[in-house]
Amino acid sequence: MLGYYIDLAVRSLKRSPGLTLLMILTVGFGVAASMVTYSVFRAVSGDPIPWKSSQLYVPQIEMWGPKGHGGAGDNGDPPDALDYTDAIALMRDHRAKYQSAMYMITPSVVPSEAGKHPINVMGHAVFNEFFAMTDAPFKYGSGWGAADDEQRAAVVVISEKLDQKLFGGANSVGKIIDVDGKDYRIVGVLNKWAPQPRFYDVVNTGGFTTNADDLFIPFMRAIDVSMANDGNTNCSEIPAQSGFKGLQLSSCIWISYMAQLDSTADAKTYKDYLDGYAREQQHSGRFAWAPNNRLRNLHDWLDAEHVVPTDTEVSLLVAIGLLVVCLVNTAGLLLAKFLRRSNEIGVRRAIGAPRAAIYAQFMVEAGIVGLSGGVLGLLLTGIGIHSVSWVLPKDIANLAHLDFELLLLTLVVAVVSTMLAGIYPTFRASRVQPAWQLKSN
Amino acid sequence: MHIQPILAALRKHKAGTLLIALQIALTLAIVCNALFIIHQRLAHIAEPTGVDESNVFVIENMWGEQYNKQQAAANVEQDLATLRNLPAVQDATQSDSYPLSTVGGSDNFITLKVDQVEPTTDATVYSGDEHFLHTLGLKLIAGRDFRADEVKDAGQRDVVVPPVTIISKAMADKLYPNGDALGKSFYSMSSTPVTIVGIVETMQRSRLGAWAIPYAEQSMVWPIRDASPLGVFYIVRAKPGQLAAAMQEAPKALYAANRMRIINPKDGLMSFAQVRRRAYDSDRGMAILMGIICVVLLAITGAGIVGLTSFWVGQRRRQIGVRRALGATHRDILHYFLTENLLISVGGIGVGIVLTFGLNLWLVTRFELGIMPLTYVLSGVVLLIVLGQGAVFAPALRASRVPPVEATRPA
Repeated sequence: MLGYYIDLAVRSLKRSPGLTLLMILTVGFGVAASMVTYSVFRAVSGDPIPWKSSQLYVPQIEMWGPKGHGGAGDNGDPPDALDYTDAIALMRDHRAKYQSAMYMITPSVVPSEAGKHPINVMGHAVFNEFFAMTDAPFKYGSGWGAADDEQRAAVVVISEKLDQKLFGGANSVGKIIDVDGKDYRIVGVLNKWAPQPRFYDVVNTGGFTTNADDLFIPFMRAIDVSMANDGNTNCSEIPAQSGFKGLQLSSCIWISYMAQLDSTADAKTYKDYLDGYAREQQHSGRFAWAPNNRLRNLHDWLDAEHVVPTDTEVSLLVAIGLLVVCLVNTAGLLLAKFLRRSNEIGVRRAIGAPRAAIYAQFMVEAGIVGLSGGVLGLLLTGIGIHSVSWVLPKDIANLAHLDFELLLLTLVVAVVSTMLAGIYPTFRASRVQPAWQLKSN
Repeated sequence: MHIQPILAALRKHKAGTLLIALQIALTLAIVCNALFIIHQRLAHIAEPTGVDESNVFVIENMWGEQYNKQQAAANVEQDLATLRNLPAVQDATQSDSYPLSTVGGSDNFITLKVDQVEPTTDATVYSGDEHFLHTLGLKLIAGRDFRADEVKDAGQRDVVVPPVTIISKAMADKLYPNGDALGKSFYSMSSTPVTIVGIVETMQRSRLGAWAIPYAEQSMVWPIRDASPLGVFYIVRAKPGQLAAAMQEAPKALYAANRMRIINPKDGLMSFAQVRRRAYDSDRGMAILMGIICVVLLAITGAGIVGLTSFWVGQRRRQIGVRRALGATHRDILHYFLTENLLISVGGIGVGIVLTFGLNLWLVTRFELGIMPLTYVLSGVVLLIVLGQGAVFAPALRASRVPPVEATRPA
């Protein structure tokens, strides 16, 4: 029977090629627009570390008091990074399974060969547990140990890219490189690792970035050699003292912090610890206000930091609106098309076709339109995703890609939505009174 | 034209009529909001920077050696002398940031009293020397430029609050709305007052995120030479028409003078046109995207109206024939379909206006979009009526050519 319906549908569609083409174009454009914007949305709203995002937490401490509030868009949250005092206190208390304070650095690396220009690299100063916490993949060697942090050792973990640049991709563990004029021993080389968004330091990287971290050095080592911080530094007042030392003594925030807490009970305990810490600070007179802390897991944290650009959300919504209009349009055209064939329906019904058969016939026709629209939509989605970098900022556009899942989704959305649009026209077609149609001829 | 018979006929095509009206309503709501977004973005992009954009370029110079403050300052002065000596260069200056840079520099809270908790405004701070205004081409409209002896060196994170500053007119107006800002002072996150010695006509901020919209064009220059161990931005103004030559000469001359520096081959050297493009990348993209969606949407709605009206015309050939046989002119038939479409459009638009404001209100609360002025809805309404009438015209014309003899033929 299905073969017969398909045959009928194709004949019918061929009979009015203009209307058919119009419907296919409508479905194609509608689906493609929403799929292209969805691919961008999917890329920016994805979980960068799905296997453990519910165990990673970011603490926030109210260290500015009322001075940090009252601006546009203030929602009562404490600042989104830590000052040096609190970051070090949290590290010292060491209450989580893994934790690391971190800050962004942009040192220069001088190649050993004479005559080569120094290169500027991006990186982070972190504590040893950073690597286990973020599941950073190692190609050679490993991270450094707790002892290296304590001794403020001159050790470094570099990226595969930097290893390629300096050592031609060989196992460089144990080799020495010059970072900001000082020698560091390589203890590990990472595999290609550029999670998007850069979840461990959203504040300084802005979330999505085309720049990858090329080296990691021990946090306290970086402090010791006064390696300047890059990224954001926010202050409620200008520091009392000059220099990097003055920044460390100030209440300016420039340090990101992440902790791994395996269960919600652990998270509860940690939050209590944070509040206890803030109360201590209040008693000692450093804070003149009651504790106002937050402990968000990674998912809530990315949400709170608005890592998904609002433009992406608005675009997706508008594109879905476009798809809805396309479907309303298709429904109207299908209705016209089906009712035009009242005669044919009348004859089929009169010679014994049940309503269900009429239903099946017209739903098949709608499905064929949807499928053709879906194929066109696939083509347009492909073009759209390739040209999206022409429209959107590079760091986001580069993330959008076409994969099997998206291909399938495009087709499914096209077929299902067209069939949805076809339900009412089909219903109307099945209600055609055979007697009435036969009589009018 | 009598509306009564048209309404009666439409009642026979309830579903089709409702679908077209719904489509028009949705199209109106989406197109109005999309146009509003486009307008906001274009207005944002068109904001002036005050910079002589066609002749200015920027070099991001990072040091390849570890310098202390004095060494860094000396290197900066030497580099600036090198740059100013180039034949295609008019002037050069240094800063930690520049208008539309999106990186570097700082934004400070500004208060009028030392113990004020809620800031009066938020301004970008540029560090600049006595060449800053001239190099960028900023127009001084009151007061004076910096003197060479006022410019102090500042290393990374040095606390330098200078006694004097040059601010943008927008900032002057915000702080002292009576227009008497010159010579007055304010506080910038410190208890040391800063005195306004000069006002420039326009000087855009370095960062333009959504948070900065209430603080548009609020910026100031502090007389500071950026002696940071990390690096510095060199801003260079080429002689008119010699931008390309100057951009080619400058990095070569700098490397020749001192090899231990890093000028990123990717974005270390940028003309101001490139700077502008980078700063407004997402706004431009959003405007284009919304534009594409609008065009597709209007095309689909137009095509949908053509399709459905054509069908109706085909269905009513016999009735049209009868009317023609009874004396209706071509014009009567044409008017009939045009009026029918107008009625459907008006119905759809009525619903659409409600949807438009609903959608806008929702975007305002969810995404802080801004309230849409009424003119957008009005132009959207006109646009859709014109679109509907245009789309219906061809099928209506065909209908008007249906000969009276059709009345005698079976349907």
